[in-house]
Amino acid sequence: MIRGKTARIILSIIFVALLATPLVLKRLSRGATVAHADPSSALSRYGFYLQEVAQSSKVNFKHQAPTLDHRLDHIMPQVASMGASVSVVDFNRDGWADLYVTNSGEGSKNALFKNNGDGSFTDVASEMGVADLNQVGTGVSMGSVWGDYDNDGYEDLFLYKWGKPELFHNDAGKKFTRVTDKAGLPPWVNANTAVWFDYDRDGRLDLFLGGYYAEDIDLWHLKNTKMMPESFEYAKNGGRKYLFHNLGNGLFEEVSQKAGIDTRRWALAATVADLRGTGNQDLFIANDYGISELYFNDGKQFHEVGNQTGVGFAPKSGMNASVGDIFNQGRYAIYVSNISEEGVLIQGNNLWVPREGTSSDSLKYDNMARAMDVEIGGWSFGAQFGDLNNDGMLDLYLVNGYVSADRNQNYWYDFSKIAGGNSTIISDAAHWPAMDGRSLSGYQQKKVWLNDGAGKFVDVAQAVGANDVFDGRSVALVDLWNRGVLDVVVANQRGPLLIYKNNVTPENKWIDFELEGVASNRSAIGAQVRLFWDGRQQVQQVSGGSGFCSQNQRRLHFGLGKNPRIEKAEIRWPSGKIETVDKPVAGQVYRIKEAD
Amino acid sequence: MIGVQDDNNATSKDSMSESTIQPVGTLEVPFRRRFSLDNRYLAPLFITFILLVGHLFYGILESYERTALAITCALVTELVLGRIFYGKWLNLASAYISGISVGILLRSPAFWPYALCSVLSIMSKYVLRVKGRHLWNPSNFGICVLLFLAPESVAALSVQWGNFKWPLLVIWILGSIIIYRAKRLQISAAYVASFFAFAFLRSWITGDPWQAEVAPITGPMYQLFVFFMITDPKTTVKSKKWQCVVVFLVAFVEMLLRLNQVVYAPLYALFLVGPTAMLIEIWMESRKQVLAGESI
Repeated sequence: MIRGKTARIILSIIFVALLATPLVLKRLSRGATVAHADPSSALSRYGFYLQEVAQSSKVNFKHQAPTLDHRLDHIMPQVASMGASVSVVDFNRDGWADLYVTNSGEGSKNALFKNNGDGSFTDVASEMGVADLNQVGTGVSMGSVWGDYDNDGYEDLFLYKWGKPELFHNDAGKKFTRVTDKAGLPPWVNANTAVWFDYDRDGRLDLFLGGYYAEDIDLWHLKNTKMMPESFEYAKNGGRKYLFHNLGNGLFEEVSQKAGIDTRRWALAATVADLRGTGNQDLFIANDYGISELYFNDGKQFHEVGNQTGVGFAPKSGMNASVGDIFNQGRYAIYVSNISEEGVLIQGNNLWVPREGTSSDSLKYDNMARAMDVEIGGWSFGAQFGDLNNDGMLDLYLVNGYVSADRNQNYWYDFSKIAGGNSTIISDAAHWPAMDGRSLSGYQQKKVWLNDGAGKFVDVAQAVGANDVFDGRSVALVDLWNRGVLDVVVANQRGPLLIYKNNVTPENKWIDFELEGVASNRSAIGAQVRLFWDGRQQVQQVSGGSGFCSQNQRRLHFGLGKNPRIEKAEIRWPSGKIETVDKPVAGQVYRIKEAD
Repeated sequence: MIGVQDDNNATSKDSMSESTIQPVGTLEVPFRRRFSLDNRYLAPLFITFILLVGHLFYGILESYERTALAITCALVTELVLGRIFYGKWLNLASAYISGISVGILLRSPAFWPYALCSVLSIMSKYVLRVKGRHLWNPSNFGICVLLFLAPESVAALSVQWGNFKWPLLVIWILGSIIIYRAKRLQISAAYVASFFAFAFLRSWITGDPWQAEVAPITGPMYQLFVFFMITDPKTTVKSKKWQCVVVFLVAFVEMLLRLNQVVYAPLYALFLVGPTAMLIEIWMESRKQVLAGESI
């Protein structure tokens, strides 16, 4: 037994050392963020830099938020906090990617920015008939996804709203015709996510639509103020989910219950991918106020396996769902963004990586966000994987920031107070303290996480020019000028649409694939390209919606690094057919039509 | 003053203690008593019940691994330090409560905060002592230190578990019964009454809905706070009357902190008021002893 003075002194020293441990760890972890740098040094150090060019590209768009029922006035900024979105489409098939941007003020107009191919854009939404879609009484836009539902070669527009969802047929790139009624869409859905995909692989695109607020709530004419989530982490009083099975001839049948999707969690983002290599598209839903859900698809039925796979265990505030083969191993990781605010709430974003040795129905995921340094992103919203510097590894672009108002006052204390309340308290908006112009995780710096290929991501946002602090919602990656690079488009809530033109070192090569289905859906959504080069492989798939309220370009872009030797590209179509392109050449866009 | 003294003379078996340093019973203890439900074990059983209800119904834990890590670190630290400073294997009930409190109340995606918080919590009992008594409730100390020093990595549990009322009621009723048996219900009752009074006062001052001011106490953090932290016999004063006064002051300081928009106001209030009350009591006792000595 030691009772001496020495033992006491040693114990006290250890105690003080342990108290100092968090400060030491904080100091050590500072290396993950890179400070501001000029374009030339960014180009030489990171292989790229971003230049915001919206104004010079003649894109002048500022998002307007809605004004909801006056009984929500005291918390309006946080309720009317979504609706800024961007999706990419080449609506007229001229080979130049265009942008569709939603607005959310009552009477405000959405924009369809036609890419003129000369560095400028023209808003043609009004003349094309897809601008004036936020009229009073119809709700306001939240986001859009594009897919060729009738296989006529032109991408059609599905617009989801807090209000009446709309489907527009693309008439050969010359006009859009509203076909909502014929399609049989529901009269009102408060939705924040939708994805086109062919769940039963019948060659026709189906549509998933995820409700956020319950569909019987008209946010402009509330029956009562009990419309908030019943819990901050366990809410199940959100909107229902829809799965519209495409019957052909412009008709859809709602089959969600029949197909096994029956949930009322608060969906904010969804994406689909063939996670198990079965050829079927599995569905991942990131839910606000709760756990994420993962549905394995057997081609007819969906089976919820969130808890079983590990992605649906700890409830957080899911706001994004995007997939990417971040290790070049031919398997998709899933990125879900959440909320982290220093000193208040540290949920941490999730990077779900398939566990080694698990596959197929026994697939399990581990959250590697902390280990790979992509965990803390503030009040995170949209994120997308893409090779921003063409080095052959997928990087990650994340936008964030919830309500940027008074810089000197924040609402977090009141938010945390009510968030801990029982359902009878939290679910009633009347019980929420007034925001009074205060910020809530506002003015946040974005994250551009560069994948170092060795298991870590490094935030280079400030160094490469992603310096804005708007309230970012939706981000889409697209090669806007057909240069073999991924540019970045960001839609900000109550803020401008930003276009970051990407300048990439020419030493790093690339190759692109533009696919067109024949037996498969013509948009080739769900088609997968597995590229083999320099002893590496990377898999990507054509997506019908990913991130938060966004859709990247359909063209698949692969960065290759320096002096690549490409072995082959293996294409697996949704129909199940597999085609191989031997020794494709870097620096080209391969336009491939599915073999008959 | 930092020092360590044998705490055996000051143990309390009828408590919701998470800070009692107590050796394991000896062979002389009657056979029946060794298997009877000692009040000492009610607290660990109750907090385990809360954990199980919370997790099985709602999945409250960040992960099994993190909670297990917190408990294990608390137990190991208690065993090692008990062996070093008392030459005995101490009863682990109090360390278990500290560990499980850390496992529930601390929220972090990382593992290290759970280990560090548990170790600091237990060590504080051995290091931060005055005249043989430690000052801070162990898990209150550990959690406050982590919240203060590592806000970028940790938060405290501040959200509701689920939406059903009956598990909430069961926990409050069961907790009240157990704490009544431990003869400390007056502490919890005084605090809850003070909290509600100050909640309405805050509502009047700030103009916020009273429901918003009352909301925090309906959450699980307060269940642990009310039943395990403020009632800890080793870090509360001895007189029942002053116990009530002290928790009233805790609620008062909490109100001041809340008016200044401090998110973890109750934890910080206890961190500030608890040791101050202890120091005053220790000073008064020592003064009494001196006066008694002088009169002899």
